[in-house]
Amino acid sequence: MQAIKELSAIVGDPISYARKLKEQSGKKIIGYMCTYAPEEIIQAAGAHPLRLFGSNKNIFLADGHLQAYCCSLVRGVLEDALSGDLNFLDGMIFPHTCDTVQRLSDIWRLNISYGFHLDVVLPVKLDTKSSRDYMVDVQNRFRNDLEKALQVTITDDDIKKSIALYNEIRGGLKKVYELKNKNPEVISGKDLSALVRAAMIMDRNDYLRILLNVIAELETKGSTIKSTGKRRLIISGGICSQPDIYSVIENAGGVVVGDDLCTGSRYFEGSIKTAGNPIAAIAERYWQRPVCPAKHLDKNARAENLIKIAQDGKAAGVIFMLLKFCDPHAFDYPYLKESLAAVSIPSLLLEVEDQPQAQGQLQTRIEAFLETLS
Amino acid sequence: MAEKDPAKEKRKIKSVKKMKDIMTNYYIDAKMAEQNGKKVAWITSGGPVEPLIAMDVIPIYPENHGAMIGASKMGIDLCQKAEVMGYSSDLCSYARSDISCATVNGGPIGGLPKPDMLVCCNNICGTVLKWYEVQARYFNVPLFILDTPFCHTQFLPEARKYVHRQIEEYIVFLENACKKKMDHDRMKEVGRLSVEGQRLWQAVLDTAMNKPAPLSAFDAFFHLALIVTLRGTKQAVDYYEGLLAEMRERIADNIGAVENEKYRLLWDNLPVWYRTKWLSDKFAAADTCLVADTYTSAWCGTLKYIDENNFIESMAEAYTRIYLNIGVDEMARDVVSMIDKYSADGLVMHSNRSCKPYSFGQLDIQRIVREKRGLPSLMIEADMVDERFFSESQIETRIDAFMEVVKERKSCTR
Repeated sequence: MQAIKELSAIVGDPISYARKLKEQSGKKIIGYMCTYAPEEIIQAAGAHPLRLFGSNKNIFLADGHLQAYCCSLVRGVLEDALSGDLNFLDGMIFPHTCDTVQRLSDIWRLNISYGFHLDVVLPVKLDTKSSRDYMVDVQNRFRNDLEKALQVTITDDDIKKSIALYNEIRGGLKKVYELKNKNPEVISGKDLSALVRAAMIMDRNDYLRILLNVIAELETKGSTIKSTGKRRLIISGGICSQPDIYSVIENAGGVVVGDDLCTGSRYFEGSIKTAGNPIAAIAERYWQRPVCPAKHLDKNARAENLIKIAQDGKAAGVIFMLLKFCDPHAFDYPYLKESLAAVSIPSLLLEVEDQPQAQGQLQTRIEAFLETLS
Repeated sequence: MAEKDPAKEKRKIKSVKKMKDIMTNYYIDAKMAEQNGKKVAWITSGGPVEPLIAMDVIPIYPENHGAMIGASKMGIDLCQKAEVMGYSSDLCSYARSDISCATVNGGPIGGLPKPDMLVCCNNICGTVLKWYEVQARYFNVPLFILDTPFCHTQFLPEARKYVHRQIEEYIVFLENACKKKMDHDRMKEVGRLSVEGQRLWQAVLDTAMNKPAPLSAFDAFFHLALIVTLRGTKQAVDYYEGLLAEMRERIADNIGAVENEKYRLLWDNLPVWYRTKWLSDKFAAADTCLVADTYTSAWCGTLKYIDENNFIESMAEAYTRIYLNIGVDEMARDVVSMIDKYSADGLVMHSNRSCKPYSFGQLDIQRIVREKRGLPSLMIEADMVDERFFSESQIETRIDAFMEVVKERKSCTR
């Protein structure tokens, strides 16, 4: 697919894309790292929200600020920032995520001179009235802070337009996942992964146009391509930092039909209400979407969601792809694994290191796992 | 038996025995709670214990238990058991050892008494949230989360409102769990005792300003237990009154924690529980006393926010603005002011792979200390409980090299 090829190039080098976008459109570029970043408000301010994933280059500068037991995502993003690769950013926002990102925010504030810096101190629990009221307060403060930082006025109408755009993008991605679930051969895992990731990198209006074209194409294609009966799998984890995993799985005779990733379903699940106060509506989605392990919704919420994803996908197994040193995910792994086992869904744990793993070794482990699936 | 060295005997802190007795009785009481019709709550080390005391609930600290596991060198075994359960070896070793200990009733005291409820305050880290979720599933008991928004640069009004509301919710949670109303007069008294205990603990730590310091950070690590576990009780107040008197006596008698104190250092981060004696001896052999630390002072560091006549109201701020819930720059300011207060000649930082919120930012603090005070610092890579991450020979070499720098610098500035 031509459209996907373009996206893949952008996803492969988001920094060049963002620099060019800034040059051509004059838009302010605001960096963020977490799916709880209120992107809709950034978009409404006329700025461009850019999710940072950290490049895979060697860590030199970040070593002076973060010890080796810090995850590669945070070290990578800090390396990009310190090396000046991100000096085109007009601002960086830090929604409260985990202990590591929390400290990254401090280190960024103390060491990065370009762009404004905003903390968005979200509640960690999402299951009580007071935490939900606080969430609304935090979003309101963010709106005011952003207005000051960008010297713009963000009207309710601006936010409502942005919400409509995000609902279309999120709904569109959900549609693609449904098509993939129905017929896994319709789009490769690698292409789908690029499609989701591009949603966090590209100009959102440009992106939506491409997404709608892709959906139209997939819908036509879906009726002509035959399903090959490969082993259906789900991936669970934080960000998927190794898109090659999809090809490895496909080469081993499996296919990924769904995920619980923040570069996947956790990004697009849940639409925002269009009626009523738009800030309250944005806040509300945060306790309706599948929860990140760094937040608390219900002590069993993640297992219930993962089992549902696996069952809806008629999956034979789940692959946990966990970033080394990511504490929230590592804490949830044993209970998620057990909860899956209790409903007879086997799983495999892959711990992702800093450097991409040897493809051959990964493939052997996945092949071995697939062989155990009935 | 060899003759006891009288000089060494003189330097031993006499209150140690009293503390051991109190802690033993505390754990015996806790283990008998069910028979005695008392409720047990597990609570995080930075959590608000005072309402529990006021409600006659026995507070139990899995982190204190973690420290005991570390100190009794049972960490590796329990951590490995957790790894067999699927918990990564990169996770906090307090959490790992507690999680596995609950399933086998192992460890130095045969496991903790089962909780009737769990109280988790995330002012120290996000790890406790995950850890308490694990225990809430395992014990199937109610979990209260006190969510204290991180104060990167300030404590915002909406955060204050949010924490206030949660403290009200906390009291309702306890009233439901205990099936009785809170006695607010009792709560006031507990609040008053908590403040008194914290002031006394600060006064004990302050005695280390004296040269020689009558107690070291290694002593503080030990005597800390009561201000953590029994804050808000008369027992803690009485104990610290006695300890303070002993420290003042030592100052009067010119007794230092280290025989020949020449150099004074500040410690940062949690102790290396299984090597406190080794480290203490190692520094003492270099005529060096670790005179203060950022860790034990965390249990009295927010006194400035507490109004003892309005404890419940003011505790929202005090519990939110503790040392680990503030930005790296504010932490660095605290470190610099402790260096000045205790006349430290250098800084020893424990880069503790178990504790990310404490350890990430240390390199920046180190730089700030160097810029502001020109002091040397040492970074020790280790873990508070899991001995597998402690390399004795490497650390010994680094301490020796560091002490050379400290001595050299001091001889130049004299």
